[in-house]
Amino acid sequence: MLKMQNVSKIYRTDLIETHALRNLSVEVSAGEFVAVSGPSGSGKTTFLNIAGLLEEFEAGTYHLDGEDVSRLSDNHRSRLRNEKIGFIFQSFNLIPDLDVFDNVDVPLRYRRLRAADRRERITNALELVGLASRMKHMPSQLSGGQQQRVAIARAIAGDPAFLLADEPTGNLDSLMARQVMDLLEQINDMGTTIVLVTHDPELARRAHRNVHIVDGQVSDLMIQGPRSTTGGGSGAEGAFEAQPA
Amino acid sequence: MIGYYIRLALKSFRRTCGLTLLMGASIALGIAVSVATVSVYHLLAGNPIWWKNDRLYAVTMDNWPPRAMLPSPPPGVDLALGPSQLTYQDAMHLFASAIPERKVVMYKTRGVLSGGTARKLPLRAIARVTSADFFAMFDVPFLYGTGWNAAADRAPKPIIVLSKEENQKLFGGEDSVGRTIRWNDREFRVVGVLDDWLPRPKFYDINNGPVLPPEDAYIPWGWGATLELPTAGDVECLTLGSLKTFRDFLNSECNWIQMWVELPRRSQRERMEALMNAYWSDQHTRSRFTAPMNNHLTNVGDWLAEHQVLGDDEHLLLIFGFAFFAVCVVNVVGLVLAKFLGRAGTSGLRRALGANRGHIIVQHITETAVLALGAALVGLALAEGCMWVLARGIALVNSNGAEAAAHMHFDMWSFLWATSLALVAAVAAGLYPAWRVARLPPASYLKSQ
Repeated sequence: MLKMQNVSKIYRTDLIETHALRNLSVEVSAGEFVAVSGPSGSGKTTFLNIAGLLEEFEAGTYHLDGEDVSRLSDNHRSRLRNEKIGFIFQSFNLIPDLDVFDNVDVPLRYRRLRAADRRERITNALELVGLASRMKHMPSQLSGGQQQRVAIARAIAGDPAFLLADEPTGNLDSLMARQVMDLLEQINDMGTTIVLVTHDPELARRAHRNVHIVDGQVSDLMIQGPRSTTGGGSGAEGAFEAQPA
Repeated sequence: MIGYYIRLALKSFRRTCGLTLLMGASIALGIAVSVATVSVYHLLAGNPIWWKNDRLYAVTMDNWPPRAMLPSPPPGVDLALGPSQLTYQDAMHLFASAIPERKVVMYKTRGVLSGGTARKLPLRAIARVTSADFFAMFDVPFLYGTGWNAAADRAPKPIIVLSKEENQKLFGGEDSVGRTIRWNDREFRVVGVLDDWLPRPKFYDINNGPVLPPEDAYIPWGWGATLELPTAGDVECLTLGSLKTFRDFLNSECNWIQMWVELPRRSQRERMEALMNAYWSDQHTRSRFTAPMNNHLTNVGDWLAEHQVLGDDEHLLLIFGFAFFAVCVVNVVGLVLAKFLGRAGTSGLRRALGANRGHIIVQHITETAVLALGAALVGLALAEGCMWVLARGIALVNSNGAEAAAHMHFDMWSFLWATSLALVAAVAAGLYPAWRVARLPPASYLKSQ
């Protein structure tokens, strides 16, 4: 699914060079749930940005879903991002003047889908995260946990093969964090590959595998045991019923 | 996608209302000034009968004294050209020639029209006392009826042609051919009603207001002398004599008759010039024409240029209009750039979610285009206001200014011009900011969004 080999990324200014990634090699198989952890400044977000085709890199190779994406045009990268990758961010990154429906609609707009098709996908995604009744709400009318669920709906509405989550629970309290993790696990169970960047060892333990990055390099690889289910419910609807409006 | 982008633009305007108003006002002001100046330029610049430019000629002869005998003219007045109109006696001599294919002598008079079915009260009106060829020579369109023939000029028949507007006032716009109306205290039978006709500038009588509309009515030439209809136009009298009676005026050295001839062939022009030169020599021998020979047959284009219908002032005005528009657009570029960069995070997010640079650029250009088109509508209204002020200014210095004011407004051409300017403004003001935003690395905005 995702295969990086000896990827290096250097940020340059007039005065200094910062090696964000040094010969990083990571492989993620289809259907995996991989947690990426490491201290601040270790290169986790750079790895995620490169994996999400948001940044280019100096050296190495990167194959996404079997396709070499090391040197693609901007248009091609944009299309791959749109069709194969879903993003979930720490600060939700919802567009404040669009309602929930329109926020989830954003990636679908760039795929030139028919209106009916888009509406169906949006409805399904919002039902999955338990917010189908909040379609016309503005982001400011939602709690942090609800906003993150809208962001998750936006990420999965296009049915991507690959979900990249950058500290998705960083701005949430522990209860909401667990609920978001439950939701990610549910999505993973449906076959979507997930790469999760997190500081939280407890969340990292819920992944199939943990990749630890230090100074831009993978320091160790851990195969996790069976996924923890603490705080999880049987489904998203059940898990979020108690959330405030 | 354009519909989606327009919806996003409207949301953006609602969110940044003050900034949007500021940008819109700037573009609207630029378009208003530009459209107003271009409209005035267009009003004055065109040759309204360009298709006959090589056939129609204004006839002028110089009956002025040698220039050394004249006082210094006011600044901007070029005496070398000689008079732009003819004396009655010269006009009548040249009018007798059979050389031109068509020929017109004419002047403007003022009077009162009454007797229409749609109006009880008399109506002050401007009429053109003209010879029969006027309508065919200047391709004047008729809505009803027709003009008259040369016989009606010689032994003047009581017939009249009305403009479309005047027919509307007098007869409610219906076919009035055959109806009788009164010009001052004499009855005239309507033989024709003109269709819309608005030559801009009014080339055939340039020295009586190039922006004034055509006359309300047209009366056969013979009535001028018969009824002693006074001129309501410009009269140039450099040599004073006794002017006690209308007959004195007709025999004077005052220039007040406009004369045009249609000479499609070169040989005709040469023969006409020979006739004018021979007449000049004859008059010179009689000690009437004392200045050097200064006869001219001038085509419409040269006529407009020589009489500086478009002077340096108009050119400067045009340059000023465009410069002002450019300044407004540059001002808007700064505001748009600030606005777009202010929401670079959202654009970065859209890039992350699959928008390519083209999507971002088109989205932002659409936003400026919607803004600019909205501003263009406001700008057109402002331009109409500018034109109104301009017309009032003309009214202050010209007795027929009220008529001019009625025609000093923009037309479809101005509307198209404003729309074009709006699109230019949209691209000019939006392209660079949109390009800048599209080039920003999306990843750097996603953490801080």
